[in-house]
Amino acid sequence: MAHAATLTLTTPTDREIVMTRVFNAPRHLVFEALTTPALLKQWLLGPPGWEMVVCDVDLRVGGAYRYVWRRTSTGKTMAMGGVFQAIVAPERLVITERFDDPWYPGTGLSTTVLNEQNGSTTMVNTVLYESREARDTVMQSGMESGVAVSYDRLAALLPPA
Amino acid sequence: MRYTQAVSDRLDATFAALADPTRRAILARLATGEASVTELAKPFAISQPAISKHLMVLERAGLIARGRDAQRRPCRIEGRPLADASAWLEGYREIWEGNYRRLDALLNNLQNSTRGRNATHRKTTKTQTRRPGR
Repeated sequence: MAHAATLTLTTPTDREIVMTRVFNAPRHLVFEALTTPALLKQWLLGPPGWEMVVCDVDLRVGGAYRYVWRRTSTGKTMAMGGVFQAIVAPERLVITERFDDPWYPGTGLSTTVLNEQNGSTTMVNTVLYESREARDTVMQSGMESGVAVSYDRLAALLPPA
Repeated sequence: MRYTQAVSDRLDATFAALADPTRRAILARLATGEASVTELAKPFAISQPAISKHLMVLERAGLIARGRDAQRRPCRIEGRPLADASAWLEGYREIWEGNYRRLDALLNNLQNSTRGRNATHRKTTKTQTRRPGR
């Protein structure tokens, strides 16, 4: 890969998570990958060992989407879904998101903005949660995967020198 | 989901303490070594009592510790809460970075197949142009 595309993660307020990432592709392709089930299933997988078993997307304002992941080793599932609030292809997408799990309180509002420059696309995803507790719970879920595991994975992903 | 109140409270204190530019500047200064309140106040255009207030917030969050020397009470940085805070962000970040690395590869494939398709189109029908998604 020509550029080092690192993910920036910030918490500008108590109730938000903002992720910024650059993709080496025009934004209509990024938009497609964010909204097409056959493509989503190839990348939106979460921690290692999970697969996406349900990906239903009704891409229209007021339409619903639903994702279910399954951990192959244990069969444990995790699901979330929501409704499209605004769709401005290929530059803006606003959706609600809610996890099925009872530990997760409330609904988040996720806004994705795509900006294209010289063939690269900068994606800024802002999720606004109902409360700080809800946001922290989502963040905390990442800790479960374990930092040690993540470094092993990172090493495996890096191309040999 | 393991999410204990203690961890939550500690992270709250850490992030609240870090949510101020003066306190972050104080931590940056302390990262280079111990300093007294007077030394810490020097680069800032605010009073010593105001600095002391910031130090109290940092101390309560466990981000700094104060020395016992009654005169100087030098401050030093404490690494543990910062390490916890960064692990909290790092686990989440790593999951998404994993997702986005897969997306990088997918976008790469999509671009290659689009280029291939366009090349074929151009050979057969010159009028058929693909409108770039804008």
